[in-house]
Amino acid sequence: MASERDGIRKERLDRGIKVRSDGVYCISSWREMAFLLSPRLLLIMGLLLMPLILEPAPYWQKVLIIVCIYAFLALGFDFLAHFVGLVSLGGALYIGVGAYISALLNTELGFPLWLSIPTATVLGGLFCTLLLWPCLPLRGVYFAIVSLMFPLLAARLIEALDVFGGTDGIMGLDGFANRWWEMYLLVSVLLIALFALRRLVNADMGLIFRGVKDNDQAVKASGISITFYKAVGVLIASCLGCFGGACLAHVYMWAGISQFAMDFSIIPIAATVVGGGGTLVGPLIGCLILVPISELLRDFGTLRIAVYALILMGFIVFKSEGLMSFGARKYNQFEHWVEI
Amino acid sequence: MAEPILNVRDVNKAFGGVQALAGVSFDLMPGDILGVIGPNGSGKTTLVNAITGFIKIDSGQVIYKGRDLKGLAPHKIADLGLTRTFQVMRPYFSLPAYKNLIVPLFSPRARRTGGWRGGGRMGSRDTVAVDILEEIGFERESYVPYKNASSLPTGYLKRLELARCLALRPDIIICDEVFSGLSMSEMASMVPLMEKLQMEGVTLIMVEHRLRELFRLAGRVLVMNFGAKITEGTPDEVMANPEVKEAYFGSEEVFSYV
Repeated sequence: MASERDGIRKERLDRGIKVRSDGVYCISSWREMAFLLSPRLLLIMGLLLMPLILEPAPYWQKVLIIVCIYAFLALGFDFLAHFVGLVSLGGALYIGVGAYISALLNTELGFPLWLSIPTATVLGGLFCTLLLWPCLPLRGVYFAIVSLMFPLLAARLIEALDVFGGTDGIMGLDGFANRWWEMYLLVSVLLIALFALRRLVNADMGLIFRGVKDNDQAVKASGISITFYKAVGVLIASCLGCFGGACLAHVYMWAGISQFAMDFSIIPIAATVVGGGGTLVGPLIGCLILVPISELLRDFGTLRIAVYALILMGFIVFKSEGLMSFGARKYNQFEHWVEI
Repeated sequence: MAEPILNVRDVNKAFGGVQALAGVSFDLMPGDILGVIGPNGSGKTTLVNAITGFIKIDSGQVIYKGRDLKGLAPHKIADLGLTRTFQVMRPYFSLPAYKNLIVPLFSPRARRTGGWRGGGRMGSRDTVAVDILEEIGFERESYVPYKNASSLPTGYLKRLELARCLALRPDIIICDEVFSGLSMSEMASMVPLMEKLQMEGVTLIMVEHRLRELFRLAGRVLVMNFGAKITEGTPDEVMANPEVKEAYFGSEEVFSYV
């Protein structure tokens, strides 16, 4: 727990407010409420103000949109991996399905944008869940491999069969009225999704999800279908991903097979590692760090991936618990040196 | 004569070349306690798994309340009121003890049967969970139900397994070695608990190695060896059976354990 030097060691103590607020809420003063609220407010206000701060740099506003889309995937990945126990590499599937459904609804059936995005979210979520349903009894790495196959398969199928525009994709989608709409839609839905998921995992139903992860035999013996709850978990994660995909299609006004790219499956995992798994907010912070870094590294050309890999390796070796877990610990504890 | 609540008829299960269950049959009357004993590897836990649907049987029938359980998933069988504990306890360690019971209380069966005693509408699941735990010996005054499952001793974890079953208000509980690994005093407090469950009308199957406690409780005992039923009868009949002695101790050993 504590690191040691000659004759002294570091001692960590939980702050009183942490101990009191862990189980039961008995908050006694404005100071304590501020202690609990300020990190949350910082995140909410930070994200809401971000588009305004980035006003002079339209390029970085676009980056913020990409960050949000990756954050949806990372949130879904963290929820599935750490609360339902399914390691899903299907991020690209969710994005692609969401993008294509939204594009088809918009161009073929003439759905307006405000209708095609929600419809694509729900339909895409159901579609992905149905696809993954037969794989739900699989565990661990097997589920990961199968879910990784689907986006690869979908891209090759569209290419080979030349459906949905083939390699050209579907063009001519409606764009958003202006870029503020894009940004604020994504940021606000992201925040709502984050806090809704946090509430869900701590509610009674969330305990079932955690039970499925920790000990599925006991859940079965309690008369609860684990396949059903895994499916609900996948539905939640894929709806998040499909929403991101649908928005992405409308931002680019185009849907194509590059939306089944592996980036959408891999970067959310990297973000979860950097941000801290099982915290839900960690992956979001991970995306806020990783995606802009990846943009900054464009100057390095092909060396970009090498530098990116080094940064990731550094995180895994030196801060494997993730930034959020580390930060939460520092925030909630006193540290001081004591004589041995 | 009442109808048996559970008929097990000629159940067979082979794992590759190993015949784990070879034609096991027995009847269970409502309200009874049936003990299942046998040396290690005699197929006791396989029998539990076969009855509760955790493994698929090769042939034979398990009939519960007149209904063949063939092909039903474990959670469906638990939903019908036939529940089990696990030999290896794996509670949700990171959660307080009472939160462990939220999972069964959330199940369709618990919602149908109205949680615990009150019947009808269920109160907050947390309250119901603490009530169940108190009933089963978690002292509320010393805050045991609120302790993390990871900090509880084995005796409480075994009770937690039982409580998980009780939360479903089951008709049958199959206890897979609830006495093993307990201290003498823990066991002594467990026996009245089982008696209380029986008085409340729960039918019990107890798979045990602890013969002394089991013979105090069980009305009938079934002895298994190499996947087959050797004999079945009252504890006294079983103890007197030379085949049972042979299965446990080899031939010509004194059966002084009990």
